[in-house]
Amino acid sequence: MSVLVYTESEEGKFKKTAFEVASYAKGVADMLGTDVTAVSFNAQGAGDLGQYGVSKVLKINDDKLQKFNAKAYADAIKQAAEKEGAKVIVLSQSANAKYLAPLLAVQLDAGYASNVVALPEGTEPLQVKRTAFTNKAFNFTELSTDVKIIGLSKNAFGLKENATETKEEDFSPSLAEGDFSVNVVSVDKAADKVTIADAEIVVSGGRGMKGPENWGMLEELADTLGAATACSKPVSDMGWRPHSEHVGQTGKPVAANLYIAVGISGAIQHLAGVSASKTKVVINNDPEAPFFKAADYGVVGDAFEIVPKLTEKLKEFKAGNS
Amino acid sequence: MKILVCISHVPDTTSKINFSEGDTKFDTAGVQFVINPNDEFGLTRAMWFKEKQGATVDVVNVGGTETEPTLRKALAIGADSAIRVNTPATDGVYVAKQIAKVAQDGGYDLIIAGRESIDYNGGMVPGMVAGLIGANFINTCIGLEVEGNEATAIREIDGGKETLKTSLPLVIGTQKGIVQESDLRIPNMRGIMQARKKPLNVVEPVEAGTHSEAVKFEKPQPKGDIKLIDPDNLDELVNLLHNEAKVI
Repeated sequence: MSVLVYTESEEGKFKKTAFEVASYAKGVADMLGTDVTAVSFNAQGAGDLGQYGVSKVLKINDDKLQKFNAKAYADAIKQAAEKEGAKVIVLSQSANAKYLAPLLAVQLDAGYASNVVALPEGTEPLQVKRTAFTNKAFNFTELSTDVKIIGLSKNAFGLKENATETKEEDFSPSLAEGDFSVNVVSVDKAADKVTIADAEIVVSGGRGMKGPENWGMLEELADTLGAATACSKPVSDMGWRPHSEHVGQTGKPVAANLYIAVGISGAIQHLAGVSASKTKVVINNDPEAPFFKAADYGVVGDAFEIVPKLTEKLKEFKAGNS
Repeated sequence: MKILVCISHVPDTTSKINFSEGDTKFDTAGVQFVINPNDEFGLTRAMWFKEKQGATVDVVNVGGTETEPTLRKALAIGADSAIRVNTPATDGVYVAKQIAKVAQDGGYDLIIAGRESIDYNGGMVPGMVAGLIGANFINTCIGLEVEGNEATAIREIDGGKETLKTSLPLVIGTQKGIVQESDLRIPNMRGIMQARKKPLNVVEPVEAGTHSEAVKFEKPQPKGDIKLIDPDNLDELVNLLHNEAKVI
């Protein structure tokens, strides 16, 4: 009857989102008067999940599952859910979790609500608040199935410490050959770069940057803040930056704590894509740029002067605080 | 190769979003509808398979008669024929079950659907179709080659990409990247004329339940006033980010 949470890890270490989904699952479990069981894949330090309210961890250690495989992972989570009699399953909205969620939903005949931003409004029936129209609105969705899957948006709930005694249990799902019919042959991922999906801070540039050769100053600002870099749609369309950095309605959504937009005027599609970010700073020489209406802090002026100065100020601030 | 491209009929990306009937319905007044951009990227890739590898391309939509102009646009872009499943698109699983039936009846090798629609952003239809018909599935697909029965795909992952190998039948969830923005095709007059003559078959839905219901909508709170900082006083910005916003 417990709430089951899929806790993601990379190279054996839990990701921050694992603790966030665990925190949320604990909140749901409290509403339902039950406990949280986590399922982990080849991860160390399961006890850390106890900090965030997890009572039991089903630890899967299987060489075949070293690399993420949506079908096999969905099958394993399904078996964990059945073993626990879980009625609610919580997962993140990482690329991997979004990939496996609909497969899991079919296997369990479960209702699935993606992009959920808050604890359920009510449990009978289960009603959740989620973003829709690419962050231009919220929608309240009721799930009517016996088993329900909640996809929690990043940074929507945050970490909530809730020290709980954690029982660890080895779990070996029986996986079929058919689970491995899609296979990864190579991965191309910059090891030392902060990704937009994981970043707490994102520094983004638009057409106002005038050309790809001027991105150095944004990268330096991003490095200073430990931030990811991103860009507007015209910038990716012109090939100044890879489309994987395009944020907006047809690009990536950004739910960062801090979003710094430099030389981005703020088209409606871009504003929608970044609206889930908590604090927005806009730097633009055009005081009429629509982004000034959607941001928390603004600096009107020449980005080529402001950005390096701001980087220096932040370096001083970081040095003074360390 | 037989390709089925799933087409969602969604508000144009520039649309202002409003609700009616006590915030329970999406207000379509004055809204321009288009092919869901994530679907259009996939449709454009399907055109490549048609032109280079002789594939046939059908498009499908689950919806009422109001979606037919959107299907005609897909035909004008170059799809061979269209299917409309005559029922409102009530929720993700309901739509997935309708498409799964069309996919099975048509014996398609490759099913292409946007990774999500830009209206409800459910992000579940492609994966559910794959699960329902037992096809392989690759989401956030930004590259696809097919040789015989074998497919090589590139998937966008958080912070990078990976290359995968699999076999047909295959469902892919597409997005920008599977083709570039500049590859998108604006239908020309000839395409539009031809589209009028291409078949648009209306089929009745299969019996299927729903899992969810969108009961209410809400618009985000309007943003408070922006604080403007003098470019010569960036210390203040650092101070505000640290002490007021508490983000650094």
